[in-house]
Amino acid sequence: MNLDFIISALVTVIGVSTPILLAATGELVVEKSGVLNLGVEGMMLIGAIAGFAITNATFNPWAGVVCAAAAGALAALLFGILVLTLGSNQVATGLALAIFGIGLSSLIGQGYEGTINPPFASIFPYALAHHPYWRVLFGHSPLVYFAFFMVFATGWFLNRTRAGLVLRAVGENDLSAHSIGYSVIGVRYLAIAFGGALAGVAGAYFSMVITPLWAEQMTAGRGWIALALVVFAGWRTSRLIFGAYLFGFLMTLELYAKASGYHVMPSQFWASMPYLMAVVVLAVISSRERGRSQAPACLGRPFLPTS
Amino acid sequence: MSVLTRRNFVKAAAAATTLPILGGRAFAADPLKVGFVYLGPIGDAGWTWAHNKGRLEIEKALGSKVVTSYVENVAEDASAVPVMRDLVKQGNKLIFTTSFGYMDQTLQVAKEFPDVMFEHATGFKRDKNVSTYNSRFHEGRAVLGTIAGMMTKSNTIGYLGSYKVPEVVLGINAFTLAAQAVNPKVQVKLVMIDSWFDPAKEAAATETLANLGCDVITTHTDSPAALQVMEQKGLYGFGQGADMSKYAPHAHLTAIEDIWGPYYTSRAQAILDGKWTSTDTWWGMKEGTVKISPYNAALPKEVAAAADKIQAGWKDGSYSVFTGPIAGQDGKEKVAKGVRMEDKDLAVIDWYVNGVQSS
Repeated sequence: MNLDFIISALVTVIGVSTPILLAATGELVVEKSGVLNLGVEGMMLIGAIAGFAITNATFNPWAGVVCAAAAGALAALLFGILVLTLGSNQVATGLALAIFGIGLSSLIGQGYEGTINPPFASIFPYALAHHPYWRVLFGHSPLVYFAFFMVFATGWFLNRTRAGLVLRAVGENDLSAHSIGYSVIGVRYLAIAFGGALAGVAGAYFSMVITPLWAEQMTAGRGWIALALVVFAGWRTSRLIFGAYLFGFLMTLELYAKASGYHVMPSQFWASMPYLMAVVVLAVISSRERGRSQAPACLGRPFLPTS
Repeated sequence: MSVLTRRNFVKAAAAATTLPILGGRAFAADPLKVGFVYLGPIGDAGWTWAHNKGRLEIEKALGSKVVTSYVENVAEDASAVPVMRDLVKQGNKLIFTTSFGYMDQTLQVAKEFPDVMFEHATGFKRDKNVSTYNSRFHEGRAVLGTIAGMMTKSNTIGYLGSYKVPEVVLGINAFTLAAQAVNPKVQVKLVMIDSWFDPAKEAAATETLANLGCDVITTHTDSPAALQVMEQKGLYGFGQGADMSKYAPHAHLTAIEDIWGPYYTSRAQAILDGKWTSTDTWWGMKEGTVKISPYNAALPKEVAAAADKIQAGWKDGSYSVFTGPIAGQDGKEKVAKGVRMEDKDLAVIDWYVNGVQSS
């Protein structure tokens, strides 16, 4: 177990954890504003195919990432219109968005089977990015550093800016925020778009960094895990990084254990985990004991102003 | 009053609708409807893609006598039953269920519709209207194992598996035995990822195997993700189900290709001829369901020659990789020297040979 080995393992862990961290950060902002968007998986896939397709057409991965974010945001806005303006049930609409995203991305992706892009690799100089030791810091795709930046930026935004305070207020007590004069629906729309954008970038991580190809449903349930992560982090950004990396560490540990002949967890556990997570999330959020839970008080409830 | 009244027009139109019946006898019988149940998307460039290629071969061979349709991404659980029933209700008379996990569902639906014929891939349960068919992928695995055994420098080879079902176990064993035949020091590290298709996990598992010292890695999962990682790291690997060399021009040594067209066409023709019966078919290299892709141009000549020899041995029946002595993982001999394992034992195999390191 030398340093080389540890560095390689760390690189794998970072690769597994980053997309979940990105998607969870976006979803955290959405949930903090009081909206429960279960369609993370769908938005990630739409972002994945958008990023792949644009990179393939323009040979510019940055354009791909921007378009992935835009595509994710658009998909989320579709959800937003249904939920905020037309008042449909958030859980059902979110699930529908997830399924829609799977289908739409598969449809758009049909022409891209067999196409490969170069991976969206590190922008640091070759010597640093491929150095046996320094690559653990400098060898990653820009999206990895972006993920860390966004977690801290989101935490700073929510806790230290006035705008963030407004967003939190909208999520905790929408009627009071409305009576003070803030546009609850407007704030929620922005939060939903932001969440969709980050989910789109998370999806693009799959199709542009981990495996620069397009395959249907390539996110394989990570969106559900990101949803659960937000709950397990207690809706606090400081715990998001810990949670995402814990998941990444566990999955990598499982692979190393298997490859070395050991058995850490029953293998069916991993296959069912995304769906177990979704069930647990919904159970926790629906729990009547709001006082104990740190969930935003208006999470999942439609905004029904009396005035 | 003119002849052109609405009443006359309607009468004439009603009379006209009977015209097709007059011409009816001149046309051929309704085309045979053939349905396919796919595990993954046809764009997976591997397993399902190959089955779909087979379906297109039926259309090419039988033209207007068949109409084919398919359903993708059908999970290997109870939800497959309504999918199959739906295909039956759409008029399909021959239905191919293309994965092991559809076994019980196929039998269940087959009992409900005794006049619809079912073909289940890689399974072992049959009925009056259920056939099973399989391909001797393990013949291809023996070729891959021979190449891997000769190309590895670390004598540690990685194997990315999916589920512990007979088809996968056979492949692992054939690969390991063939590699050990050319390189007795070879150890095979096996990782099962509990999925036929999960590109990100396949990539992570490939990185893991590479970090643990494997310099040749083969997979039994359906995406080219593992090959991409191998290309990045400068290792060697193989395509699965289809030629995947465009994903990894340096890493891709060769691939096992599944060629289902001939079998599918023969089954559809059997129904058209009225000669379909429930059979268990296990074709291989000789009949053409297993094909080895062109070797990588950089493959050394002696390795290519050894691989060719294995292929020829399978084709003329002189060679079987499952010829004793074969020991289990605990080292105890399970097959005596010179004895060739029979099909019925191979079809339900659930143990690994010595040299496979599994969890």
